[in-house]
Amino acid sequence: MDSKLDAYALSRDDYNPPPLIEPGHTFGSVTEQIAAIVLTRRHPYSWVFGLFVGFMLSMMLLMAITWLLIKGTGIWGVNVPVGWGFAIINFVWWIGIGHAGTLISAILLLLKQDWRTSINRFAEAMTLFAVVCAGIFPLIHTGRPWLAAYWLLPYPNTMSIWPQFRSPLIWDIFAVSTYLTVSLLFWYVGLVPDLATLRDRAKSLHIRRLFGLLALGWRGSARHWERYEAAYLLLAGLSTPLVLSVHTVVSFDFAIGIIPGWHATIFPPYFVAGAIYAGFAMVLTLAIPLRVLYGLQDFLTMRHLENMGKVMLVTGLIVGYGYVMEAFFGFYSANRYEEYMILNRMTGPYWPFYWTLILCNILTPQFLWIKSVRTSPIKLFLIAMVVNVGMWLERFVIVITSLHRDFLPSSWGMYWPTRWDLMTFFGTIGLFVTLFFLFVRVLPMISIFEMRTVVPAAKVRGGKAH
Amino acid sequence: MDPSVIRSRLAVAEGRLYWRSLGELADTLEFREYLHREFPAQASEWNDPKGRRQFLKLMSASLALAGVGACTKQPAEHIVPYIRQPEDLVPGRPLFFASAIPLSGVAQPVLVESHMGRPTKIEGNPQHPASLGATDAITQAAVLDLYDPDRARTLTHRGEIRPWSAFLTAMQAETARQKARQGAGLRFLSGPITSPSLAEMMATILAENPQARWHQYDPVTRDGARIGTQQAAGAPAHAIYHLAKADVVVSLDADFLTCGPGSVRYQKDFAARRRVTDERKEMSRFYAIESTPSLTGAKADHRLALQAGAIEGFTRELAGSVGAGPGGAAPGPGASVPGPDAPDIQKWVAAIGKDLQAHRGTSLVVAGDYQPAAVHAAAHAMNQALGNIGATVTYGAAIEASPVDQAASLADLVRSIDAGQVEVLVILGGNPVYSAPVDLKFSEKLVKVGLSVYHGLHVDETANLCHWNIADAHPLESWGDARAYDGTVSIIQPLIAPLYEGRSAHEVLTVFTSQTDRRGYPIVKDYWTRAFGGGSGWTIRAADGQPFKDAETFWRRALHDGFISGTAIADGGPATPFTAATAAAPAAGGAGSAAPTNPPPAAPPASAGSAAAPAAAPQAPAAPQPGGLEIIFRPDPTVWDGRFANNGWLQELPKPLTKITWDTSAWISPQLAREHRLSDGDVIELRYRGNTARMPVFRVPGHPAQSVTVFLGYGRRMAGRVGNAANEAEGFNAYLLRTSDAPWFGSGLEISKTGARYLLATTQEHHLMEGRAPVRVATLEQYKAEPAVIHEQAHNFPRTLTMYPDFQYPGYKWGMAIDLSSCTGCSACTMACTAENNIPVVGKEQVAAGREMHWIRVDHYFAGHESDLEGERAIESYHQPVPCMHCENAPCEIVCPVAATTHSSEGLNDMTYNRCVGTRYCSNNCPYKVRRFNFLLYQDWTTPSLEPMRNPDVTVRSRGVMEKCTYCVQRINQARIDAKREDRKIRDGEIVTACQAVCPSDAIVFGDLNDPASQVSKLKAQQRNYGVLEDLNTRPRTTYLATLRNPNPELEPAPAGTTEH
Repeated sequence: MDSKLDAYALSRDDYNPPPLIEPGHTFGSVTEQIAAIVLTRRHPYSWVFGLFVGFMLSMMLLMAITWLLIKGTGIWGVNVPVGWGFAIINFVWWIGIGHAGTLISAILLLLKQDWRTSINRFAEAMTLFAVVCAGIFPLIHTGRPWLAAYWLLPYPNTMSIWPQFRSPLIWDIFAVSTYLTVSLLFWYVGLVPDLATLRDRAKSLHIRRLFGLLALGWRGSARHWERYEAAYLLLAGLSTPLVLSVHTVVSFDFAIGIIPGWHATIFPPYFVAGAIYAGFAMVLTLAIPLRVLYGLQDFLTMRHLENMGKVMLVTGLIVGYGYVMEAFFGFYSANRYEEYMILNRMTGPYWPFYWTLILCNILTPQFLWIKSVRTSPIKLFLIAMVVNVGMWLERFVIVITSLHRDFLPSSWGMYWPTRWDLMTFFGTIGLFVTLFFLFVRVLPMISIFEMRTVVPAAKVRGGKAH
Repeated sequence: MDPSVIRSRLAVAEGRLYWRSLGELADTLEFREYLHREFPAQASEWNDPKGRRQFLKLMSASLALAGVGACTKQPAEHIVPYIRQPEDLVPGRPLFFASAIPLSGVAQPVLVESHMGRPTKIEGNPQHPASLGATDAITQAAVLDLYDPDRARTLTHRGEIRPWSAFLTAMQAETARQKARQGAGLRFLSGPITSPSLAEMMATILAENPQARWHQYDPVTRDGARIGTQQAAGAPAHAIYHLAKADVVVSLDADFLTCGPGSVRYQKDFAARRRVTDERKEMSRFYAIESTPSLTGAKADHRLALQAGAIEGFTRELAGSVGAGPGGAAPGPGASVPGPDAPDIQKWVAAIGKDLQAHRGTSLVVAGDYQPAAVHAAAHAMNQALGNIGATVTYGAAIEASPVDQAASLADLVRSIDAGQVEVLVILGGNPVYSAPVDLKFSEKLVKVGLSVYHGLHVDETANLCHWNIADAHPLESWGDARAYDGTVSIIQPLIAPLYEGRSAHEVLTVFTSQTDRRGYPIVKDYWTRAFGGGSGWTIRAADGQPFKDAETFWRRALHDGFISGTAIADGGPATPFTAATAAAPAAGGAGSAAPTNPPPAAPPASAGSAAAPAAAPQAPAAPQPGGLEIIFRPDPTVWDGRFANNGWLQELPKPLTKITWDTSAWISPQLAREHRLSDGDVIELRYRGNTARMPVFRVPGHPAQSVTVFLGYGRRMAGRVGNAANEAEGFNAYLLRTSDAPWFGSGLEISKTGARYLLATTQEHHLMEGRAPVRVATLEQYKAEPAVIHEQAHNFPRTLTMYPDFQYPGYKWGMAIDLSSCTGCSACTMACTAENNIPVVGKEQVAAGREMHWIRVDHYFAGHESDLEGERAIESYHQPVPCMHCENAPCEIVCPVAATTHSSEGLNDMTYNRCVGTRYCSNNCPYKVRRFNFLLYQDWTTPSLEPMRNPDVTVRSRGVMEKCTYCVQRINQARIDAKREDRKIRDGEIVTACQAVCPSDAIVFGDLNDPASQVSKLKAQQRNYGVLEDLNTRPRTTYLATLRNPNPELEPAPAGTTEH
């Protein structure tokens, strides 16, 4: 390491950020407190209530999908010209939410942002569940899901028919399935040491066996740790491009199309930023109630919340830039379709959606410049909720307002969701909640062994503490 | 296990004993059995000769018995091969039979496509002068009428099914009784009849029953034209227009292009005279003076919106200006024109009058069917003054057997019922209970009749009140004859045996004759055999003028051709013979006397005009009274007078200009809407002469400001599962307001907003072009001066801007050109496509949701901007049929993830339904939005009667699949097979798409672009040719020929530069 970097390291050391863990914790107390949530503590009634609500909503999702399979896509509000409606909006929204997990796990790991340790576990879980929710939509939005389920995959068949590789939907299949696989692996690999901890601490034989099975024989030997580190770093390296690629590819679904409002080169970066923005908003939405419910304020400190607020502010500004550029190019293009598209967004029949979106995604996050807002869990929570709504509206505006008035005025139409659209959407929220509540119940929502590295005792011993 | 057994076994054992288990040691029976049965069931039997035999026996027995099971008697299914193959019938190849589909008695000549005995599609008869290969939309939908599952199926008496013999017995007793009284209590009510054979039967019956009466009533009555022409010509006659010869056409509220007899031919002729080519840059000029905006008015170079009641005044002024009337000095006409517009009117009259005078002999004034007799008489006088008679208009003898004043005829019937004179009433078709003028209170009268017989296709409102209901046979399943607008007789031949117990009108009338058992075929054939022999005044000759060898040759030729040549009035065909002296009074004068081809008007022109005025006085209402609005009645453009209400195709066909489906609406002007604070879909209450009705309103720019147009045909209660009005729409019935003295318009209407809203499902919501120039327009002068004016209206993409070489199409390269100058927006193409391509009906809710399935739609645009739609001016409107563009760079193809839509080597954009998974990405990415998605299971898979209707050459699509125009690929492939068999290339014109075939104005042309001599290549080489949205580099294969207008410089100063649309 050359001297410059040393100096930099020194100066960083001089800067004393707020601690990532409240004082007074030891290795033992960290382990005890996190593991207890899974193993010993009674779960609050709010957990039971939340799971119940989530479960009921999941059942509603099941019903909505069953009816969809019986009757057909026509139970939704889609039509010609608006061939894509809630399904694609929700797909993109969920996929966007699923970005924060990998970003936190992989990119922040590679950038050595150690504040990620207390949020990465449940952020990754959130990613997985969000991708699961997202994955439902592309399949069920097709007219014949039972065929779409495998015809979009490149498998050898007697007809020698391959998918059409020029279609962005095929790219989507690869992008999303890769993302899901890598995220799952990453999450699981990261869980292994903690599963071993749970195995060791579990009192019941069955639970010990279960965790033992999942822990894959982890004994915490130096050799294990060495391989674990290598694998985890490799997976982080693998995931990093995925954070950028997935939403880039999702944005191609639109950008490859010729519809004004879709056909824009700005889409990939703008979508990626939007995804991270939405992802962090969702992490905050989950983290703030969780730390109160399970008394995790010691681990999920104000510093974490503030950092996430900062990330939201930055990505929010990028997204805002995207909106401005979209509008600018609409007018600057001198293309009457583009001009009309942006005017129609602002003043057409869907104007309330557009301006609410601007309010939610550009104006509201500006409060995050203020430190007192960033350090107030309630205010942060409210802003995160607003951003969640805003990011959903963004996808609504992109999908619907572009399609509903495209080239030939004779074919202009309107789109309004039906009750089945709403049931499906809220159903996936229920599924997400259900999965997340189950996760909180059966797995450590904060990485125990990584938290131990931020305990002051680990610092005293110097160096890396694994 | 018993240890003692083991112990005993061990005791008897000698030497060393080995055992694997205590079970084996014990060697019990169970253990042996277990070892034996170690292998699956029946395995050991194979090694046991006895057991094996047993097993095989059992197996063979059960196999044999399984065969016995097949001996159970199954339901009978008759799959009988032809013992004698019908001539020309090749399974898989359709046959075409010539026939005719009558509407209000007037024949629309057709060729019916028959697949293995099932009529599936109707084409026009190319040889018949009234068709020349085209038909209108209503005729296209006749196939669905035939297969309508709600048709009346059987004969009933007071709702109970009876055999024909019961009816016959009952009627014979009644007829005998009536005959004794000379038929004094016998009345017939029918629509207008042009059928010579039916007229003869009627005449015979009336001759045998001199006191009997035959009344006629058609809700879409043409009384004004009938009486006006009679006044002018002195005898019942009707006008035949020759638009192909007319350079200046003036329409006086006439919708001659889309309504009424002859409209198909008129469209053809009109389009021909206005077709501009690079070689011949001339077109006729057309002025429309009209009340309700019509498709005809939309084609006008100048359209003047006047109240229906003001047309007469305008007509008089115009007649004055061309020297055919008292002239504009008269105070009367001026007063009938609304004040503020008066100076404007003078300008119009002067300009049109001047133009007409300048085109003596090549101009034409057409009066509308819905205008009173005075207007017709004046139009006639103008045509005479301008020397047009014999050139652009000819008068012929009436084609109707007994032309009567229908309003008077029905009123007569009602009076007789009131007087107790009617004992037996036979209603042949029509639906007077629903459609009779409200002041006649027909339903109350009908129940007073002692014995009523109804003969119709449906058990409708009238059938419900009649004692006997006889199921009618559809024209596609019965014998008959009818005359086209020009008098040419067509033989109607059945394509299929009656699906139900239907009887044709001929067969019903036999009951009242002495020969009660005659069927339609002998009646019609016998009539024409006698006619061939010289009876009934007909002179039968072949098309080349030579007489036929014998009656059988003539009959076969007539059936083959679909018409009897030389029977047109112009060719010397007689008026339909009807000699019963006692026929309804007004007809008596004209009957029998064959009017000469071009009868000179009986009265000099000036007196014709003045004579018309008093005659029309009771009919034409006075000038609009202040405070009251004018009400205008029109037949519905799709369901007509309500008779097609149960036809889903017609219900779903978007109505002209408004693009409303499934419902009626009251048309009002934007000004009137503002005055009453109404928006589209607001339900108003209409009060008119003491009657009230409710209607949802629709704002139509160019509608006369103080008039309301209502359409007949809705609010039906007993139409069937498709046509029955929903509860909230039951009052949307224009007949509730219609009185017999003013069938088409009257003043004194009051409207008020009810506050209720009604959903009107439209297929197009936005009627402005937003500067995108999908329809490109230029005036003839602009175009002549600078043809590039068409291409300057949008950006064009330079073809060099691609890295890839163009795909070479070595064989065929299909393409289509659509001439917007010719297109009238009549939507026959949409209907033909529906019939040809098995396109499902989706219903009102689905249309409202934006999911109609039509593969070719007809877009409608107003010229100008938003503000123009609110103004007073009648603004130009344009139509554009939009099928798939079959783009060479198709945006839909690259986004399909499963390659379900691909480009063929002949340039078609193909859909593989089987491969489609329904992502709808292709539809999203289609800039023309021509793709249609089966969001639900739209196709009716369950109604048995609809199954034979489908075209077997076209896949019936199911749920979840995208579909769109294929350029009728089944027709392309049929032609390809024919060409291959004959080892030749497909000839130009051999493939005719369904939309092209039906188009009455020949606006659509399809063919091979690789052949420079093909018609489509020639059209595409025209300077008027352009592609829509070419700036997207989609390279559409369907291109358009810009629409041209020919305005009169006196009325429209030449605009500076290009018109901004």
